[in-house]
Amino acid sequence: MSEYFDQYLTVLAFGAFGAVLVAGLLGLASLIRPSNPTPAKLETYESGIDPIGGGYSQTHIRYYVFALLFLIFDVEAVFIFPWALKLESLGAFALWEMFIFIGILLMGLLYTIRKGVLKWE
Amino acid sequence: MIPLVAVEINFYLLLVLKILAITGVMLGGSLPIIFGELKISAHMQSRVGPYYAGGRWGWAQPMADGLKFFQKEDLVPAAADRQVYKLAPYLLMVSTLAVFVIIPFSPDLIAADLDLGIFFALAISSLSTLGVLMAGWSSGNKYSLIGGLRAAAQIIAYELPLVLAVIGVVIQAGTLSMVGIVEAQIDMGVPFLIGGQAVAFVIFFIASLAELNRTPFDLPIAESELVMGYLTEYSGFRFTTFFLAEYAGVVAISAIASTLFLGGYGFWGLDSALFGPFVLAAKVGILAFLMIWIRWTWPRMREDQLQTLAWKWLIPISLANIMVTAIFKVVF
Repeated sequence: MSEYFDQYLTVLAFGAFGAVLVAGLLGLASLIRPSNPTPAKLETYESGIDPIGGGYSQTHIRYYVFALLFLIFDVEAVFIFPWALKLESLGAFALWEMFIFIGILLMGLLYTIRKGVLKWE
Repeated sequence: MIPLVAVEINFYLLLVLKILAITGVMLGGSLPIIFGELKISAHMQSRVGPYYAGGRWGWAQPMADGLKFFQKEDLVPAAADRQVYKLAPYLLMVSTLAVFVIIPFSPDLIAADLDLGIFFALAISSLSTLGVLMAGWSSGNKYSLIGGLRAAAQIIAYELPLVLAVIGVVIQAGTLSMVGIVEAQIDMGVPFLIGGQAVAFVIFFIASLAELNRTPFDLPIAESELVMGYLTEYSGFRFTTFFLAEYAGVVAISAIASTLFLGGYGFWGLDSALFGPFVLAAKVGILAFLMIWIRWTWPRMREDQLQTLAWKWLIPISLANIMVTAIFKVVF
C-alpha cells in the first residue's frame, strides 16, 4: 500500500514540477524581457489587416458526431484493457464474448460511415 | 523509529533527484532533436541549415533560439481570455513531464514503475489535448479557433488507433507495466515488432504522428494556411513552452514506442543494467529520425482524408489486430 502511495506521489511531484518549471522560466524571462504593450500590439493578428468581426465567431464544428462515437469506443477501450490482461486465464469463453462485443461496436461504426458523416459537404 | 525516518528522507531526496534527472533527459533529448530537425530538413532540401551559432555545424542554434525567445516581449491579445490563455502552456508541460514517469531506461532506472504503466501514459498524454484546445479557444483569433478545433477532431480520431494498437501488446505481454512489457520481449527473444505486433507498430506510429500534430497530420498548425493555428497569438517564452513540449513529446512517444515494440532498453548480448539507457536512446534516435524524414518528404493531408484514414482504416485494422492476437494467445 505504501509503495502504491509513493508511486503516485512521484507522479504528482512530476506534474507539479512541470507547472513550477513553466512558472519559473516565465518569471525569469519577465525580469529581462521588455514590456511595452500598445493597443496596436494587442490587436488580434489577422495576417496584417485589421481584424474583421470577433475572434469568437460562429464556427461549424465538423465531425461532432464522431466525438459521440469516440466516447463509445473509448469506453470500449477501458473494457478491453482488463480483458486483455486476464485473457490467458479466462480462455475461449472470454474470446467469444469480446468478439461479439467488438462486432456490435463495428456495426455502429459501419452505420455512421454509411450515413455519410465522413463526407465533407 | 530512526531507520524509518531515514527511509522517508531517502524517498524525498530520491524524488528530487529523479525529477532533476528526468528534466535533464527531457531537455537533453529535445535539443538534439530540434537541432537534428534543422539540419536534416536542410540537407533534405539541399540547404546547409544552421551554420554560425556555436561554431562547428552551428550546433548551438536551438539554445540560441531559446535565449532569443527568452528576451522577447510577452503579449496577451486584448481579445484573449486572459486566464485560460495563460493556463494552457502549464497544462501542456505538466502532461508532457508526467508521461516521462513511466519510461524505463533500464530495469531499475525508472521514476515509478506503475502497475498501470502504459495505460497511465495514454491517459495523462490526452491532457495535452485540453491544453491545445484551451490555447485555440482563448486566443480570440479565428486562425487559433480553427486550429484548436482541428486539433481536437484529429486527436479524437487518432487516440483510438493509438490505444487499440497498445492493446495488442498488452495481450501478448500480459501486463501493463512498462518494465514488464520489456521483460516479456527479452524473455521471448525478439521485440514485439518482429514477434507478432508489426501491424500494431505501424498503426501506433501513424497515430502518434497525428497526436503530435506532425506532418502529414499538421493541419492544426498548418503554417501556410492557419499561420501556426492555435499558436498564432502566442509570443515570447510562452510560445517556447509549446515548442519545447512538442519536441519533448517526440522524445516521450518515441521512447514509449521503443519500449512497447522495439524491446526498450534490451538488446541482444548487451547488459540491460549497464547499456539500457544507451540502447533506448539509440532506438529513440531512430524513431525521431523517421518522424523528421516523414515531415520533410510528405505533403499535408486534407481534413476529410485524415478522418477517413482513422475511422475507415486504422480503427478497424487495429480491432482486427486485437482479435488475431487474442486468438493466438488463447489457442497457442
